[in-house]
Amino acid sequence: MSVILEVSGLNAFYKVRQPGKGKKQRRQVLYDISFQMEEGEILGLVGESGCGKSTLARTILSMVPDYQGKIECADEHPQMIFQDPYGSLNPSMKIGTILQEPLRNILKLPLEERQIRAAEMLKKVGLEEKYAAHYPSQLSGGQRQRVCIAASLMLHPGLLIADEPVSALDVTIQAQVLRLLLELKREMGLSILFISHDLRVVYQLCDHVMIMKDGRIVEQGETDEVYFSPRHEYTRRLLSAAGILETNEED
Amino acid sequence: MKKRNYNLLLGGAITGIMMLLTLMGFFYTPFDPEKMDAANKLSGISLTHIMGCDNFGRDIFSRVLKGCGTTFTVACGTVLIGTVFGTLIGAFTGYFGGIVDEVLMRIMDALFAFPSLLLALVFVSLFGSGKYHVIIALGIAFVPSFSRIVRGEYMRCRDLDYVKSARLSGASHLRIMFVHILPNIFTVLLSSIMIGFNNAVLAEAGLTYLGIGVKPPDASLGEMLSSAQTYLFSAPWYALCTGGTMILMILGFSLMSEGLKKNGGGRYAS
Repeated sequence: MSVILEVSGLNAFYKVRQPGKGKKQRRQVLYDISFQMEEGEILGLVGESGCGKSTLARTILSMVPDYQGKIECADEHPQMIFQDPYGSLNPSMKIGTILQEPLRNILKLPLEERQIRAAEMLKKVGLEEKYAAHYPSQLSGGQRQRVCIAASLMLHPGLLIADEPVSALDVTIQAQVLRLLLELKREMGLSILFISHDLRVVYQLCDHVMIMKDGRIVEQGETDEVYFSPRHEYTRRLLSAAGILETNEED
Repeated sequence: MKKRNYNLLLGGAITGIMMLLTLMGFFYTPFDPEKMDAANKLSGISLTHIMGCDNFGRDIFSRVLKGCGTTFTVACGTVLIGTVFGTLIGAFTGYFGGIVDEVLMRIMDALFAFPSLLLALVFVSLFGSGKYHVIIALGIAFVPSFSRIVRGEYMRCRDLDYVKSARLSGASHLRIMFVHILPNIFTVLLSSIMIGFNNAVLAEAGLTYLGIGVKPPDASLGEMLSSAQTYLFSAPWYALCTGGTMILMILGFSLMSEGLKKNGGGRYAS
Protein backbone atom coordinates (compact mmCIF):
# COMPACT_ATOMS: atom_id res chain seq x y z
CA MET A 1 0.00 0.00 0.00
CA SER A 2 1.24 3.41 -0.84
CA VAL A 3 0.68 6.70 0.86
CA ILE A 4 -1.84 8.97 -0.84
CA LEU A 5 -1.63 11.95 1.45
CA GLU A 6 1.12 13.03 3.77
CA VAL A 7 0.88 16.10 5.92
CA SER A 8 3.70 17.09 8.22
CA GLY A 9 4.23 20.03 10.52
CA LEU A 10 1.30 21.96 9.09
CA ASN A 11 0.46 25.35 10.52
CA ALA A 12 -2.24 27.47 8.90
CA PHE A 13 -3.31 31.06 9.42
CA TYR A 14 -6.29 33.23 8.71
CA LYS A 15 -6.36 36.95 8.42
CA VAL A 16 -9.01 38.22 10.77
CA ARG A 17 -10.25 41.74 11.08
CA GLN A 18 -10.96 42.27 14.73
CA PRO A 19 -13.90 44.43 15.65
CA GLY A 20 -12.80 47.85 16.75
CA LYS A 21 -9.34 47.54 15.30
CA GLY A 22 -8.82 48.50 11.69
CA LYS A 23 -5.85 46.30 10.90
CA LYS A 24 -6.20 42.68 9.96
CA GLN A 25 -4.47 40.27 12.25
CA ARG A 26 -2.95 36.94 11.44
CA ARG A 27 -4.44 34.23 13.58
CA GLN A 28 -3.19 30.70 13.72
CA VAL A 29 -5.91 28.11 13.24
CA LEU A 30 -3.94 24.90 12.74
CA TYR A 31 -1.00 23.90 14.92
CA ASP A 32 1.65 21.42 13.88
CA ILE A 33 -0.55 18.86 12.17
CA SER A 34 1.07 15.67 10.94
CA PHE A 35 -0.57 12.54 9.63
CA GLN A 36 -0.56 10.27 6.66
CA MET A 37 -3.21 8.42 4.74
CA GLU A 38 -2.83 5.08 3.03
CA GLU A 39 -4.39 4.46 -0.32
CA GLY A 40 -7.88 3.00 0.02
CA GLU A 41 -8.42 3.82 3.64
CA ILE A 42 -11.06 5.93 5.29
CA LEU A 43 -9.61 8.33 7.79
CA GLY A 44 -12.00 9.93 10.23
CA LEU A 45 -11.47 13.44 11.48
CA VAL A 46 -13.49 14.22 14.58
CA GLY A 47 -13.82 17.35 16.63
CA GLU A 48 -16.28 19.94 17.80
CA SER A 49 -17.37 22.67 15.40
CA GLY A 50 -14.89 25.47 15.02
CA CYS A 51 -11.89 23.34 15.90
CA GLY A 52 -10.34 23.61 12.45
CA LYS A 53 -11.60 20.46 10.72
CA SER A 54 -12.85 22.29 7.66
CA THR A 55 -9.78 24.50 7.61
CA LEU A 56 -7.59 21.43 7.46
CA ALA A 57 -9.64 20.16 4.53
CA ARG A 58 -9.42 23.49 2.75
CA THR A 59 -5.69 23.72 3.34
CA ILE A 60 -5.15 20.29 1.80
CA LEU A 61 -7.12 21.48 -1.24
CA SER A 62 -4.92 24.60 -1.36
CA MET A 63 -7.76 26.98 -0.63
CA VAL A 64 -5.97 28.52 2.34
CA PRO A 65 -3.10 30.59 1.00
CA ASP A 66 -1.26 31.20 4.27
CA TYR A 67 0.28 28.03 5.62
CA GLN A 68 3.62 26.49 6.59
CA GLY A 69 4.54 22.85 6.49
CA LYS A 70 4.41 20.07 3.99
CA ILE A 71 1.37 18.70 2.19
CA GLU A 72 2.11 15.91 -0.23
CA CYS A 73 -0.79 14.53 -2.17
CA ALA A 74 -0.33 11.75 -4.68
CA ASP A 75 -3.56 12.77 -6.38
CA GLU A 76 -3.41 15.70 -8.74
CA HIS A 77 -7.02 16.72 -8.38
CA PRO A 78 -8.31 15.77 -4.95
CA GLN A 79 -12.03 16.48 -4.60
CA MET A 80 -14.36 17.47 -1.85
CA ILE A 81 -17.98 16.94 -0.86
CA PHE A 82 -19.44 19.81 1.09
CA GLN A 83 -21.75 19.67 4.05
CA ASP A 84 -24.62 21.66 2.63
CA PRO A 85 -26.07 20.08 -0.50
CA TYR A 86 -28.11 23.24 -1.05
CA GLY A 87 -25.19 25.63 -1.24
CA SER A 88 -22.71 23.49 -3.11
CA LEU A 89 -24.67 23.14 -6.34
CA ASN A 90 -24.92 26.18 -8.55
CA PRO A 91 -28.65 27.04 -8.64
CA SER A 92 -28.52 28.32 -12.21
CA MET A 93 -26.74 25.33 -13.72
CA LYS A 94 -28.29 22.11 -14.87
CA ILE A 95 -27.09 18.97 -13.11
CA GLY A 96 -25.59 17.73 -16.36
CA THR A 97 -23.54 20.89 -16.80
CA ILE A 98 -22.29 20.72 -13.23
CA LEU A 99 -21.17 17.13 -13.72
CA GLN A 100 -19.45 17.98 -16.99
CA GLU A 101 -17.45 20.89 -15.59
CA PRO A 102 -14.32 18.96 -14.54
CA LEU A 103 -14.35 17.00 -17.78
CA ARG A 104 -14.54 20.22 -19.72
CA ASN A 105 -12.04 22.24 -17.71
CA ILE A 106 -9.41 19.66 -16.88
CA LEU A 107 -9.72 16.75 -19.29
CA LYS A 108 -10.98 18.97 -22.14
CA LEU A 109 -13.26 16.26 -23.48
CA PRO A 110 -15.70 16.91 -26.34
CA LEU A 111 -19.34 17.46 -25.48
CA GLU A 112 -20.64 14.03 -26.49
CA GLU A 113 -18.06 12.19 -24.42
CA ARG A 114 -18.84 14.45 -21.47
CA GLN A 115 -22.54 13.76 -21.74
CA ILE A 116 -21.98 10.02 -21.84
CA ARG A 117 -19.74 10.10 -18.79
CA ALA A 118 -22.11 12.36 -16.86
CA ALA A 119 -25.00 9.99 -17.57
CA GLU A 120 -22.91 7.01 -16.46
CA MET A 121 -21.98 8.75 -13.24
CA LEU A 122 -25.59 9.64 -12.52
CA LYS A 123 -26.47 5.98 -12.81
CA LYS A 124 -23.60 5.07 -10.52
CA VAL A 125 -24.93 7.27 -7.73
CA GLY A 126 -28.40 5.86 -8.16
CA LEU A 127 -30.08 8.65 -10.09
CA GLU A 128 -31.89 8.41 -13.38
CA GLU A 129 -30.33 9.88 -16.49
CA LYS A 130 -33.13 12.39 -16.91
CA TYR A 131 -31.86 14.37 -13.93
CA ALA A 132 -29.05 15.72 -16.08
CA ALA A 133 -31.58 18.16 -17.52
CA HIS A 134 -32.89 19.25 -14.11
CA TYR A 135 -31.88 22.21 -12.00
CA PRO A 136 -30.70 21.65 -8.41
CA SER A 137 -33.85 23.30 -7.04
CA GLN A 138 -35.92 20.46 -8.53
CA LEU A 139 -34.11 17.85 -6.43
CA SER A 140 -34.44 16.75 -2.82
CA GLY A 141 -31.63 17.06 -0.30
CA GLY A 142 -30.61 13.42 -0.61
CA GLN A 143 -30.67 13.59 -4.40
CA ARG A 144 -28.58 16.74 -4.32
CA GLN A 145 -25.97 15.11 -2.14
CA ARG A 146 -25.87 12.21 -4.59
CA VAL A 147 -25.23 14.73 -7.34
CA CYS A 148 -22.45 16.28 -5.25
CA ILE A 149 -20.87 12.87 -4.83
CA ALA A 150 -21.19 12.27 -8.56
CA ALA A 151 -19.61 15.64 -9.34
CA SER A 152 -16.68 14.95 -7.05
CA LEU A 153 -16.04 11.58 -8.66
CA MET A 154 -16.09 12.72 -12.29
CA LEU A 155 -12.29 12.84 -12.47
CA HIS A 156 -11.89 9.48 -10.70
CA PRO A 157 -9.92 11.09 -7.88
CA GLY A 158 -7.72 9.08 -5.56
CA LEU A 159 -8.47 11.29 -2.59
CA LEU A 160 -11.90 12.47 -1.59
CA ILE A 161 -12.52 14.79 1.32
CA ALA A 162 -16.01 14.49 2.72
CA ASP A 163 -16.78 17.42 5.00
CA GLU A 164 -19.74 16.28 7.09
CA PRO A 165 -21.42 14.93 3.96
CA VAL A 166 -24.57 13.71 5.66
CA SER A 167 -25.12 15.97 8.64
CA ALA A 168 -27.51 18.20 6.69
CA LEU A 169 -29.68 15.24 5.70
CA ASP A 170 -32.31 13.46 7.72
CA VAL A 171 -31.49 10.17 9.34
CA THR A 172 -32.98 7.69 6.85
CA ILE A 173 -31.34 9.47 3.93
CA GLN A 174 -28.05 9.64 5.86
CA ALA A 175 -27.76 5.86 5.91
CA GLN A 176 -28.47 5.61 2.18
CA VAL A 177 -25.90 8.22 1.25
CA LEU A 178 -23.26 6.67 3.50
CA ARG A 179 -23.91 3.24 1.99
CA LEU A 180 -23.53 4.73 -1.47
CA LEU A 181 -20.28 6.38 -0.46
CA LEU A 182 -18.92 3.08 0.83
CA GLU A 183 -19.96 1.21 -2.32
CA LEU A 184 -18.29 3.77 -4.54
CA LYS A 185 -15.21 3.72 -2.38
CA ARG A 186 -14.84 -0.03 -2.92
CA GLU A 187 -15.63 0.19 -6.59
CA MET A 188 -13.29 3.06 -7.41
CA GLY A 189 -10.57 2.50 -4.84
CA LEU A 190 -11.07 5.85 -3.18
CA SER A 191 -9.31 7.11 -0.11
CA ILE A 192 -11.64 9.23 1.98
CA LEU A 193 -10.88 11.81 4.59
CA PHE A 194 -14.16 11.72 6.46
CA ILE A 195 -14.87 14.79 8.55
CA SER A 196 -17.64 14.42 11.07
CA HIS A 197 -18.74 15.12 14.56
CA ASP A 198 -20.85 11.98 14.69
CA LEU A 199 -18.70 9.48 16.54
CA ARG A 200 -20.97 6.54 15.77
CA VAL A 201 -20.83 7.08 12.02
CA VAL A 202 -17.06 7.47 12.20
CA TYR A 203 -16.78 4.21 14.08
CA GLN A 204 -18.74 2.32 11.46
CA LEU A 205 -16.90 3.81 8.55
CA CYS A 206 -13.32 4.60 9.36
CA ASP A 207 -10.15 2.54 9.55
CA HIS A 208 -8.20 5.24 11.32
CA VAL A 209 -9.36 8.23 13.25
CA MET A 210 -7.93 11.57 14.36
CA ILE A 211 -9.33 13.63 17.21
CA MET A 212 -8.94 17.35 16.84
CA LYS A 213 -9.23 20.11 19.39
CA ASP A 214 -8.50 23.82 18.99
CA GLY A 215 -6.46 23.36 15.83
CA ARG A 216 -4.37 20.50 17.18
CA ILE A 217 -4.64 16.78 16.67
CA VAL A 218 -4.74 15.39 20.19
CA GLU A 219 -4.97 11.73 19.36
CA GLN A 220 -4.76 9.53 16.30
CA GLY A 221 -4.66 5.83 15.63
CA GLU A 222 -6.71 2.84 14.59
CA THR A 223 -10.39 3.38 15.24
CA ASP A 224 -10.78 0.48 17.68
CA GLU A 225 -7.75 1.52 19.64
CA VAL A 226 -8.83 5.13 19.95
CA TYR A 227 -12.39 4.20 20.81
CA PHE A 228 -11.65 1.51 23.38
CA SER A 229 -8.47 2.71 24.97
CA PRO A 230 -8.41 6.46 24.53
CA ARG A 231 -5.30 8.06 25.88
CA HIS A 232 -6.21 11.71 25.80
CA GLU A 233 -8.59 13.26 28.27
CA TYR A 234 -10.49 15.10 25.51
CA THR A 235 -11.11 11.89 23.57
CA ARG A 236 -12.47 10.27 26.68
CA ARG A 237 -14.82 13.18 27.26
CA LEU A 238 -16.03 13.11 23.65
CA LEU A 239 -16.68 9.38 23.76
CA SER A 240 -18.52 9.44 27.03
CA ALA A 241 -20.59 12.42 25.89
CA ALA A 242 -21.66 10.35 22.89
CA GLY A 243 -22.47 7.45 25.23
CA ILE A 244 -19.90 5.15 23.64
CA LEU A 245 -17.38 4.97 26.44
CA GLU A 246 -18.54 3.73 29.82
CA THR A 247 -16.90 6.00 32.32
CA ASN A 248 -15.48 4.15 35.27
CA GLU A 249 -14.69 7.16 37.36
CA GLU A 250 -17.44 9.23 38.76
CA ASP A 251 -17.55 12.76 37.40
CA MET B 1 -49.41 28.13 -5.33
CA LYS B 2 -47.63 31.05 -6.86
CA LYS B 3 -49.21 34.44 -6.54
CA ARG B 4 -49.66 36.34 -9.73
CA ASN B 5 -47.05 39.00 -10.16
CA TYR B 6 -49.20 41.99 -11.12
CA ASN B 7 -46.24 44.37 -11.08
CA LEU B 8 -44.50 42.37 -13.72
CA LEU B 9 -47.67 41.88 -15.79
CA LEU B 10 -48.75 45.51 -15.76
CA GLY B 11 -45.20 46.81 -16.20
CA GLY B 12 -44.66 44.43 -19.06
CA ALA B 13 -47.90 45.51 -20.72
CA ILE B 14 -47.11 49.22 -20.48
CA THR B 15 -43.53 48.70 -21.62
CA GLY B 16 -44.70 46.48 -24.45
CA ILE B 17 -47.08 49.13 -25.77
CA MET B 18 -44.45 51.85 -25.41
CA MET B 19 -41.91 49.69 -27.22
CA LEU B 20 -44.34 49.11 -30.08
CA LEU B 21 -45.04 52.84 -30.39
CA THR B 22 -41.34 53.65 -30.21
CA LEU B 23 -40.54 51.07 -32.84
CA MET B 24 -43.34 52.42 -35.01
CA GLY B 25 -41.89 55.92 -34.66
CA PHE B 26 -38.72 54.81 -36.43
CA PHE B 27 -40.63 53.84 -39.59
CA TYR B 28 -43.95 55.62 -39.61
CA THR B 29 -45.43 58.74 -38.14
CA PRO B 30 -48.88 60.08 -39.09
CA PHE B 31 -47.35 63.44 -40.06
CA ASP B 32 -43.85 64.55 -40.90
CA PRO B 33 -42.51 65.45 -37.44
CA GLU B 34 -40.43 68.29 -38.94
CA LYS B 35 -43.13 69.80 -41.13
CA MET B 36 -44.25 73.17 -39.88
CA ASP B 37 -47.76 74.38 -40.47
CA ALA B 38 -48.45 77.97 -39.47
CA ALA B 39 -52.22 77.49 -39.70
CA ASN B 40 -52.18 74.85 -36.94
CA LYS B 41 -49.89 76.70 -34.56
CA LEU B 42 -50.64 75.50 -31.03
CA SER B 43 -53.89 73.95 -32.14
CA GLY B 44 -55.53 71.74 -29.56
CA ILE B 45 -56.33 68.07 -29.51
CA SER B 46 -58.38 67.00 -32.50
CA LEU B 47 -59.06 63.89 -34.54
CA THR B 48 -56.34 64.69 -37.08
CA HIS B 49 -53.79 65.84 -34.51
CA ILE B 50 -54.52 63.55 -31.57
CA MET B 51 -52.04 65.33 -29.31
CA GLY B 52 -52.44 68.74 -30.86
CA CYS B 53 -49.72 70.85 -32.49
CA ASP B 54 -46.74 72.73 -31.11
CA ASN B 55 -45.65 76.33 -31.51
CA PHE B 56 -44.48 75.70 -35.09
CA GLY B 57 -47.61 73.80 -35.99
CA ARG B 58 -45.85 70.44 -35.99
CA ASP B 59 -47.92 67.39 -35.05
CA ILE B 60 -47.05 66.58 -31.43
CA PHE B 61 -48.01 62.92 -31.66
CA SER B 62 -45.58 62.39 -34.53
CA ARG B 63 -42.89 64.24 -32.64
CA VAL B 64 -43.58 62.21 -29.50
CA LEU B 65 -43.16 59.02 -31.51
CA LYS B 66 -39.86 60.26 -32.93
CA GLY B 67 -38.83 61.62 -29.55
CA CYS B 68 -39.49 58.28 -27.85
CA GLY B 69 -37.08 56.76 -30.35
CA THR B 70 -34.34 59.25 -29.53
CA THR B 71 -34.90 59.02 -25.78
CA PHE B 72 -35.01 55.26 -25.98
CA THR B 73 -31.77 55.10 -27.97
CA VAL B 74 -30.01 57.40 -25.53
CA ALA B 75 -31.29 55.46 -22.51
CA CYS B 76 -30.35 52.09 -24.01
CA GLY B 77 -26.88 53.26 -24.98
CA THR B 78 -26.33 54.73 -21.56
CA VAL B 79 -27.46 51.61 -19.76
CA LEU B 80 -25.42 49.42 -22.10
CA ILE B 81 -22.22 51.32 -21.35
CA GLY B 82 -23.02 51.46 -17.65
CA THR B 83 -23.87 47.77 -17.44
CA VAL B 84 -20.96 46.41 -19.42
CA PHE B 85 -18.27 48.44 -17.68
CA GLY B 86 -20.03 48.35 -14.33
CA THR B 87 -20.31 44.56 -14.47
CA LEU B 88 -16.68 44.12 -15.51
CA ILE B 89 -15.37 46.41 -12.77
CA GLY B 90 -17.77 45.05 -10.16
CA ALA B 91 -16.97 41.45 -11.02
CA PHE B 92 -13.21 41.91 -10.77
CA THR B 93 -13.24 44.01 -7.63
CA GLY B 94 -15.85 41.92 -5.85
CA TYR B 95 -14.39 38.57 -6.80
CA PHE B 96 -10.71 39.25 -6.21
CA GLY B 97 -10.91 41.89 -3.49
CA GLY B 98 -7.61 43.14 -2.18
CA ILE B 99 -5.65 46.08 -3.48
CA VAL B 100 -7.29 46.24 -6.94
CA ASP B 101 -10.63 46.44 -5.21
CA GLU B 102 -9.47 49.22 -2.92
CA VAL B 103 -8.06 51.35 -5.72
CA LEU B 104 -10.88 50.87 -8.23
CA MET B 105 -13.59 51.38 -5.66
CA ARG B 106 -12.02 54.61 -4.41
CA ILE B 107 -12.07 55.87 -8.01
CA MET B 108 -15.69 54.82 -8.24
CA ASP B 109 -16.40 56.59 -4.95
CA ALA B 110 -14.90 59.75 -6.40
CA LEU B 111 -17.07 59.42 -9.49
CA PHE B 112 -20.05 58.57 -7.36
CA ALA B 113 -19.60 61.67 -5.24
CA PHE B 114 -20.74 63.83 -8.15
CA PRO B 115 -24.37 63.67 -9.17
CA SER B 116 -24.48 61.83 -12.49
CA LEU B 117 -26.15 64.79 -14.14
CA LEU B 118 -23.32 67.09 -13.10
CA LEU B 119 -20.72 64.65 -14.36
CA ALA B 120 -22.48 64.37 -17.70
CA LEU B 121 -22.75 68.15 -17.80
CA VAL B 122 -18.99 68.54 -17.46
CA PHE B 123 -18.38 65.91 -20.12
CA VAL B 124 -20.83 67.44 -22.57
CA SER B 125 -19.45 70.93 -22.09
CA LEU B 126 -15.94 69.60 -22.70
CA PHE B 127 -16.66 67.44 -25.73
CA GLY B 128 -19.77 69.02 -27.15
CA SER B 129 -23.40 68.02 -27.10
CA GLY B 130 -25.42 65.82 -29.43
CA LYS B 131 -26.98 62.39 -29.10
CA TYR B 132 -23.81 60.29 -29.03
CA HIS B 133 -21.93 62.53 -26.65
CA VAL B 134 -24.88 62.41 -24.28
CA ILE B 135 -24.84 58.61 -24.43
CA ILE B 136 -21.14 58.41 -23.61
CA ALA B 137 -21.36 61.04 -20.89
CA LEU B 138 -24.33 59.47 -19.14
CA GLY B 139 -22.90 56.00 -19.66
CA ILE B 140 -19.71 56.87 -17.80
CA ALA B 141 -21.70 58.58 -15.08
CA PHE B 142 -23.72 55.37 -14.65
CA VAL B 143 -20.75 53.01 -14.28
CA PRO B 144 -20.17 53.53 -10.52
CA SER B 145 -23.67 52.62 -9.43
CA PHE B 146 -23.69 49.45 -11.51
CA SER B 147 -20.22 48.41 -10.40
CA ARG B 148 -21.22 48.92 -6.79
CA ILE B 149 -24.24 46.65 -7.06
CA VAL B 150 -22.38 43.98 -9.01
CA ARG B 151 -19.42 44.11 -6.64
CA GLY B 152 -21.64 43.48 -3.65
CA GLU B 153 -23.20 40.47 -5.34
CA TYR B 154 -19.81 39.01 -6.25
CA MET B 155 -18.54 39.50 -2.72
CA ARG B 156 -21.57 37.62 -1.47
CA CYS B 157 -21.12 34.79 -3.96
CA ARG B 158 -17.38 34.27 -4.01
CA ASP B 159 -17.26 32.32 -0.75
CA LEU B 160 -20.25 30.11 -1.46
CA ASP B 161 -19.70 26.38 -1.67
CA TYR B 162 -20.66 26.12 -5.31
CA VAL B 163 -17.87 28.54 -6.20
CA LYS B 164 -15.42 26.43 -4.20
CA SER B 165 -16.54 23.29 -5.97
CA ALA B 166 -16.24 25.10 -9.30
CA ARG B 167 -12.62 25.82 -8.44
CA LEU B 168 -12.11 22.15 -7.56
CA SER B 169 -13.54 21.24 -10.95
CA GLY B 170 -10.75 23.22 -12.55
CA ALA B 171 -12.75 26.26 -13.70
CA SER B 172 -10.65 29.35 -14.34
CA HIS B 173 -11.35 32.58 -12.47
CA LEU B 174 -12.88 34.11 -15.59
CA ARG B 175 -15.13 31.11 -16.08
CA ILE B 176 -16.23 31.22 -12.46
CA MET B 177 -16.95 34.94 -12.68
CA PHE B 178 -18.95 34.93 -15.88
CA VAL B 179 -20.29 31.41 -16.30
CA HIS B 180 -20.82 30.31 -12.71
CA ILE B 181 -21.65 33.48 -10.80
CA LEU B 182 -23.07 35.91 -13.36
CA PRO B 183 -26.28 33.94 -14.11
CA ASN B 184 -26.99 33.85 -10.39
CA ILE B 185 -26.90 37.60 -9.99
CA PHE B 186 -28.77 38.17 -13.22
CA THR B 187 -32.10 39.06 -11.61
CA VAL B 188 -30.41 41.66 -9.44
CA LEU B 189 -28.59 43.01 -12.45
CA LEU B 190 -31.74 43.06 -14.54
CA SER B 191 -33.73 45.04 -12.02
CA SER B 192 -30.93 47.58 -11.67
CA ILE B 193 -30.79 47.80 -15.47
CA MET B 194 -34.47 48.75 -15.43
CA ILE B 195 -33.93 51.37 -12.75
CA GLY B 196 -30.86 52.59 -14.63
CA PHE B 197 -32.97 52.90 -17.76
CA ASN B 198 -35.42 55.15 -15.93
CA ASN B 199 -32.65 57.30 -14.54
CA ALA B 200 -31.18 57.56 -18.01
CA VAL B 201 -34.51 58.74 -19.45
CA LEU B 202 -34.74 61.40 -16.76
CA ALA B 203 -31.09 62.39 -17.05
CA GLU B 204 -31.41 62.77 -20.81
CA ALA B 205 -34.48 64.92 -20.31
CA GLY B 206 -32.63 66.95 -17.71
CA LEU B 207 -29.61 67.52 -19.92
CA THR B 208 -31.75 68.46 -22.88
CA TYR B 209 -33.86 70.71 -20.70
CA LEU B 210 -30.69 72.55 -19.77
CA GLY B 211 -30.04 72.93 -23.47
CA ILE B 212 -26.91 70.79 -23.65
CA GLY B 213 -28.35 67.41 -24.50
CA VAL B 214 -29.88 66.17 -27.70
CA LYS B 215 -29.93 68.96 -30.26
CA PRO B 216 -32.67 69.89 -32.68
CA PRO B 217 -33.67 68.73 -35.24
CA ASP B 218 -33.46 65.44 -33.25
CA ALA B 219 -36.69 65.40 -31.32
CA SER B 220 -36.43 64.01 -27.83
CA LEU B 221 -38.94 63.97 -25.01
CA GLY B 222 -36.73 66.20 -22.89
CA GLU B 223 -36.30 68.72 -25.64
CA MET B 224 -40.05 68.81 -26.28
CA LEU B 225 -40.81 69.14 -22.60
CA SER B 226 -38.53 72.13 -22.26
CA SER B 227 -40.11 73.95 -25.19
CA ALA B 228 -43.56 73.03 -23.90
CA GLN B 229 -42.81 74.89 -20.70
CA THR B 230 -43.32 78.26 -22.40
CA TYR B 231 -46.82 77.27 -23.46
CA LEU B 232 -47.83 75.60 -20.23
CA PHE B 233 -50.95 77.77 -19.94
CA SER B 234 -51.78 78.53 -23.54
CA ALA B 235 -51.30 74.95 -24.74
CA PRO B 236 -51.26 72.64 -21.71
CA TRP B 237 -51.72 69.52 -23.87
CA TYR B 238 -48.20 70.00 -25.25
CA ALA B 239 -46.55 69.53 -21.84
CA LEU B 240 -49.12 66.99 -20.66
CA CYS B 241 -48.77 64.71 -23.65
CA THR B 242 -44.97 64.72 -23.75
CA GLY B 243 -44.65 64.48 -19.97
CA GLY B 244 -47.30 61.78 -19.84
CA THR B 245 -45.46 59.72 -22.43
CA MET B 246 -42.29 59.96 -20.39
CA ILE B 247 -44.13 58.96 -17.25
CA LEU B 248 -45.60 55.91 -18.97
CA MET B 249 -42.18 54.87 -20.24
CA ILE B 250 -40.66 55.11 -16.77
CA LEU B 251 -43.64 53.60 -15.00
CA GLY B 252 -43.51 50.49 -17.18
CA PHE B 253 -39.88 49.85 -16.38
CA SER B 254 -40.28 50.66 -12.68
CA LEU B 255 -43.12 48.19 -12.34
CA MET B 256 -41.16 45.53 -14.19
CA SER B 257 -38.12 46.01 -12.01
CA GLU B 258 -40.27 45.82 -8.90
CA GLY B 259 -41.89 42.66 -10.24
CA LEU B 260 -38.56 41.09 -11.07
CA LYS B 261 -37.33 41.74 -7.56
CA LYS B 262 -40.37 39.96 -6.18
CA ASN B 263 -39.87 37.03 -8.52
CA GLY B 264 -36.14 36.81 -8.06
CA GLY B 265 -36.32 36.93 -4.29
CA GLY B 266 -38.10 33.60 -4.24
CA ARG B 267 -36.03 31.70 -6.72
CA TYR B 268 -32.52 32.67 -5.81
CA ALA B 269 -32.92 33.20 -2.11
CA SER B 270 -30.07 31.99 0.13
